Amino acid sequence: MPNDDAVISLKDVNKWYGSFHALRDISLDVRKGERVVVAGPSGSGKSTMIRCINRLEEHQSGTITVNGTEVSNDVKAVEKVRRDVGMVFQQFNLFPHLTVLENLTLAPVWVKHMPKAEARDIAMRYLERVRIHEQANKYPGQLSGGQQQRVAIARSLCMRPSIMLFDEPTSALDPEMIKEVLDVMVELAEEGMTMVCVTHEMGFARTVADTVVFMADGQIVEKNTPAELFGNPREERTKQFLSQIIRH
Amino acid sequence: MSRDTAALDPSRQFHHWWNNERFRGILYQVLLLAAVVGVGWFLVSNTLTNLNARHIATGFVFLDHEAGFGISEHLIDYVPSDSYLRAFAVGLINTVEIAVLGIVLTTLLGIVMGVLRLSSNWLVARLAAAYVEAMRNVPVLLLLLFCYSGITVSLPLARNAYSLFDCIYLSNRGLKLPAPVWDASTQAVTAALVAALVLATLVSAFARRQLDRTGRSLPVARITLGLVLGLPLAVFLAGGAHLSFDVPHLAGFNFAGGVTVSPEFAALLLGLVAYTGAFVAEIVRSGILAVSYGQTEAALALGLTRMQVLRLVVLPQSLRVIIPPLTSQYLNLIKNSPLAVAIGFPDLVSVANTAINQTGQAVEGVTIIMTIYLGLSLLISVLMNWYNRRVALRGGR
Ligand SMILES: Nc1ncnc2c1ncn2[C@@H]1O[C@H](COP(=O)(O)OP(=O)(O)OP(=O)(O)O)[C@@H](O)[C@H]1O
Ligand SMILES: [Mg+2]
Repeated sequence: MPNDDAVISLKDVNKWYGSFHALRDISLDVRKGERVVVAGPSGSGKSTMIRCINRLEEHQSGTITVNGTEVSNDVKAVEKVRRDVGMVFQQFNLFPHLTVLENLTLAPVWVKHMPKAEARDIAMRYLERVRIHEQANKYPGQLSGGQQQRVAIARSLCMRPSIMLFDEPTSALDPEMIKEVLDVMVELAEEGMTMVCVTHEMGFARTVADTVVFMADGQIVEKNTPAELFGNPREERTKQFLSQIIRH
Repeated sequence: MSRDTAALDPSRQFHHWWNNERFRGILYQVLLLAAVVGVGWFLVSNTLTNLNARHIATGFVFLDHEAGFGISEHLIDYVPSDSYLRAFAVGLINTVEIAVLGIVLTTLLGIVMGVLRLSSNWLVARLAAAYVEAMRNVPVLLLLLFCYSGITVSLPLARNAYSLFDCIYLSNRGLKLPAPVWDASTQAVTAALVAALVLATLVSAFARRQLDRTGRSLPVARITLGLVLGLPLAVFLAGGAHLSFDVPHLAGFNFAGGVTVSPEFAALLLGLVAYTGAFVAEIVRSGILAVSYGQTEAALALGLTRMQVLRLVVLPQSLRVIIPPLTSQYLNLIKNSPLAVAIGFPDLVSVANTAINQTGQAVEGVTIIMTIYLGLSLLISVLMNWYNRRVALRGGR
């Protein structure tokens, strides 16, 4: 395996919640610019895995390296990793007490010590890119779910991350809003952003992903190109999961 | 079907007038009013009869008379030959001083303790929890007496006072500090400081408008600091750079000169702050827990430090939950402050007590106390409600 150009590298990662073994010997390399989609049944550890990458969860054994920095107890290392890695959540998690614009400028100003005016310029540019700049002075509570999720994506992008993590970004959205969020994500992928995306949107996986990772019971069961994994699954567990998805 | 039964039900067809809901409502109100007026009339006439029998004149004329008693602590000039009115003013100022300092310190202590209780460090969280539990289970009067005896017993006599640079002294007579002499030079410097504060306020208002209009931000913090430090300093230097201090010195069994933080004042403030701070800590803790953890995670993922997450994301949101119960804790602090009587701090109630004992004007004295406490409470409620509305309005959720 070509390990040198991997921007994210997990090696034999294990994680327990108390006595519950949530991640079992996870090893995964993500190249620069690679688009990885993670799929699998509920409770299989998908969220846990990507949350370990930016240390929202702590793993107990194995190593995780992001852009050459090992994710560990070292606060400085974690801060560096978090500056390089953006994250989008299922529940948006916008800050309701701040306007859309303030949501976007908060981290650049406080983490990167960027002058406010510059942070606003950058924020407006990203808001335009996610087609939502007219809403800059509204509060998150005044926006639709799809709009909120696009703001959340723009908020991450304002920190100029080199990697984006998505944890089921469209699962909390009404069907008609899913497309507007997926469109933004497709554009991001086309620009060459390194992405790790937990999603059940198989259409998105098929068109955008370079690699699909299938997880079950805290393990990576199968990893392949979308065409191979969907068209010609090797593992019984994968076939079973895919047949369920297609039936729905 | 139910309509049929209603039509057949005989009680539905015949209405007694005393069963009429509106009539009953009016009747109850009339009865209640009569009872209130009756009790009120009894109290007033009874009091007037008793006052007459003891030859006590009613009314507030006594406020003009000479008080004739000393007050150990006064922020405005006061001597026993001053009027009762001035004595009440001294007490009121002492109460307000305790209230303002108490509220500020309680808020700080409560926030720190509330946050520490949620710390992931086991020992820190346990210690904060122990503090909260201890304070909540001790009567506040006991706490005040404990603080007072703690201070007076543990500190040395005046002649053995701890001293710093021979101008600051700590003894069982309190903390003695040098005070600037109120001459032309200090007055000018004070005026310059006030002017600087006004200017700084104007500048920051202008800067906010500038930011909204043009997106350009002024270095407000630096300008404010420059004004507040620079202007008084310039005036000080221009005035010949001389400031005279009144330095405390030992005279007999106590110190003379300077300003004093008395043991009574310190004990009252300490006791009230420690006690109320525990309740505020609980309010802050529940306020923080009311903000979903997703907010913290999103902020951490953006690279903010734990401290920044708390200050910029979590606390501003928990304010909505925190402010209403916080208001009642502020009111509790003020309402507990008359326990000052127990340790001899001359707050409003303590002064009023002495005045009542000397003049017998209990009704007037109590009326003054109640009016002032009502006023203070209303003032706090109004301020906090205004602040609460400002916080709650944002976001339109
Ligand atoms: N904080 C926690 N404490 C204890 N157990 C947890 C915790 N978080 C997750 N788990 C458990 O770990 C397992 C993996 O959870 P995870 O959230 O990673 O699953 P997932 O694959 O993302 O599922 P979903 O599709 O439902 O989001 C689940 O069985 C879950 O119950
Ligand atoms: Mg999940």
